Amino acid sequence: MADMRTPLSRVRGLGAARSGTEHFWRQRLTAVSNVPLTLFLIGFVIAYNGASYEEVRGALSSPFVALPIAFAFLSVLYHMRLGMQVIIEDYVHDDGWKVALIILNTFFPIVVGAIALFSLLKIIFGA
Amino acid sequence: MSKSTATQARPLSPHLQIYRVTPTMAMSIVHRITGGALYFGTVLFALWLLAAATSQAWFDFVNMLFGSILGRLVLFGYTWTLIHHMLGGIRHLIWDTGHGIEKETSTRMAWVTLIGSVALTLVVWVAGYAVRGGF
Repeated sequence: MADMRTPLSRVRGLGAARSGTEHFWRQRLTAVSNVPLTLFLIGFVIAYNGASYEEVRGALSSPFVALPIAFAFLSVLYHMRLGMQVIIEDYVHDDGWKVALIILNTFFPIVVGAIALFSLLKIIFGA
Repeated sequence: MSKSTATQARPLSPHLQIYRVTPTMAMSIVHRITGGALYFGTVLFALWLLAAATSQAWFDFVNMLFGSILGRLVLFGYTWTLIHHMLGGIRHLIWDTGHGIEKETSTRMAWVTLIGSVALTLVVWVAGYAVRGGF
C-alpha cells in the first residue's frame, strides 16, 4: 500500500494520536527508575517501622533519605498516572465520565505528591 | 476519545471468559489490578510522612492505625502488591528487549513472578519484625 503520509509526518513519527510513543516510553522510563527508588522505600520502612517520632524525623531530615524518597514519589506518581490513564481509556466508554476521570487522574498524583514533598520539606527545614 | 457511531449491536471479538486461564494471562490481569491498587496505596505513605511532619500526636495516631490488626493486614497486602507489580514490571522490561517471549519461558516467568512475590513479601516482613526486635 502506498504511504499517504507526508515526509514531515513520517519523520515526526507522531501518528494519529499526535503523541507518538511518548506515553509508552515515559511509562518504561519511570518503570526503570521505580525499581531502585521503591527498593529504597521498602528498605527505609523496614529500618524505621516502629521507630519513635524523633528517630523518624531525624532520618527524614537527612538529604540522603529525603531526596531518594522525593524522587521515588515523583517517579511513582508519574508512572501511576500513565497506568491509570490506560485503565480509564480501556474500561470507561462514556465520554463524560472518561473526561472527568482523566482530569481527576491528573489531580490525584499532584495532591499526593504535594502532601509528600511538603511533609519532607517541613521536616528538613525543621518547622 | 471518539464516540461510537454504530447504530446496531456489532459482533464482538471473543473476550476473557471464553479462554482457558493460563499463568501468563492470570499474571497480566493481576499486574493491572495491583497497579490500580498501588495507585491508591501511595496515599498511605504520604500520610505517614505528613504525620511525621505534623506532630507527635498525629504520628502516634497514624502509627496506631497502621499497627492495628487491620492496618497490618492492609500493609501486608500493600507489600505483596508492590513486590508483585515490581516483578511483573521487570518481566515486561525483559520482554521489551525481545527475550523470554517463548511460550514455555513466559509461563515459567509468570510462576516466578507469583512465587517470588510471595517469598519476597515474607522476607520483607520478617526483616521488618526483626528490626523491631522480635515478633
